[in-house]
Amino acid sequence: MDKTQVKGIIEGVLYIWGEPLSIDSLHKILEINKKDIKCIIEEMIDEFDYNRRGLQIIKIKNSYQLATRPIHYDYIKKLMPEKTNKGLSNAALETLSIISYKQPITRVEIENIRGVKCDKSISTLIDKGLVEEKGRLDRTGKPIIYGTTDNFLRHFGLKDISELPKLKDVILEENNTF
Amino acid sequence: MKYNITLESFEGPFDLLYHLIEKSEVDIYDVSIAKIAEQYIEFISKMQELDLEVTSEFLLMAATLLEIKSKMLLPKNDIKDDQMEMEGIDPREELIERLIIYKKYKNAANELKNKFDIHGKVFYKPKEEISYPENKDITIEGIDLNNLVKAFDRILKSNNFKKNDLKFHEIKKEEMSIEQAMKFVQNKLDNIEKIEFTNLFEDKLTRTNIVAIFVAILELLKLKKIDIIQENNFTDISIRKKHR
Repeated sequence: MDKTQVKGIIEGVLYIWGEPLSIDSLHKILEINKKDIKCIIEEMIDEFDYNRRGLQIIKIKNSYQLATRPIHYDYIKKLMPEKTNKGLSNAALETLSIISYKQPITRVEIENIRGVKCDKSISTLIDKGLVEEKGRLDRTGKPIIYGTTDNFLRHFGLKDISELPKLKDVILEENNTF
Repeated sequence: MKYNITLESFEGPFDLLYHLIEKSEVDIYDVSIAKIAEQYIEFISKMQELDLEVTSEFLLMAATLLEIKSKMLLPKNDIKDDQMEMEGIDPREELIERLIIYKKYKNAANELKNKFDIHGKVFYKPKEEISYPENKDITIEGIDLNNLVKAFDRILKSNNFKKNDLKFHEIKKEEMSIEQAMKFVQNKLDNIEKIEFTNLFEDKLTRTNIVAIFVAILELLKLKKIDIIQENNFTDISIRKKHR
């Protein structure tokens, strides 16, 4: 099986699967070693980008998924029935940023940082599938700890949590004004 | 009055506090608590005036600010003060630390929002159930076309007697159905932009066919598939394909 053939199979499989498809699954399908698959997909990602294809292959953790490109949003939107797509409120975004950087984290810890109650924001984020309960702390009251989901990574274009933008030190910023 | 525009947009006491500090354009470590506390309380009273819900968090912050303010107003014991300076203890410190941490995540939230604005514009194909047509073969072994024809012929013959027994009044089949006539008109328009009315009927047509075509034209007009135009008085009426 030559490379072009493998690429064709990967493209077809990713198309039909819809959801992120893991290297492991691709390995089972193609029966070639995982390293080679990884190399070939990385090459495909570049090719798709270089040829400015309407689709892109995105990576989430160890999985790959086909998606449209943000620059085509306005065109694709025309196909969709009018929908008031509410983004995230500032409160929800603040809560989400704290959770994403400090996960796993309890509600009280989030509220300490924000200085306000966050139960509403947290439940919004859970409803949107961006945040999930990751278990409970072995502490009095057994507080729930929260973390972000793979869906969060997907919506924010991150391969994994280590790709979060670096937290900028505000203190330095302030001192720079001297 | 200056505040009434963005009152609700503060996400919490830290958000408001930071806003006030930024507005006063001082280094976060040089904040005059007295001044900020005053502004903060003024702000909260504005919120109450406007009948906005002032949550306990805002009130707690106001109390904290006043507490720090009063601590800083206390007469300083020289020796103690020296010690405090050396140890870097400032009643504002804890608050400022928390404020800085809050701001850090607020900045991060903005960066996340930018990412969300870009990547939220990506679409994914929803996962479908993968299915493929199952081969439900209809087995017609041992039958060839000839047998099938013979079988059909047999059925026809067995019904034959009826034909002879009964006399039917012969009804001539409609020569051209309206559907056929519509196809006929559309075919004529396939390669050309428009056709004159009279040219449509130039083939030798029977009376019923002409009627059928005429009705077909009306039908096509109703379906908005064609336009009928007469460019000038007395010129021939022509039929034009409708472009969508």
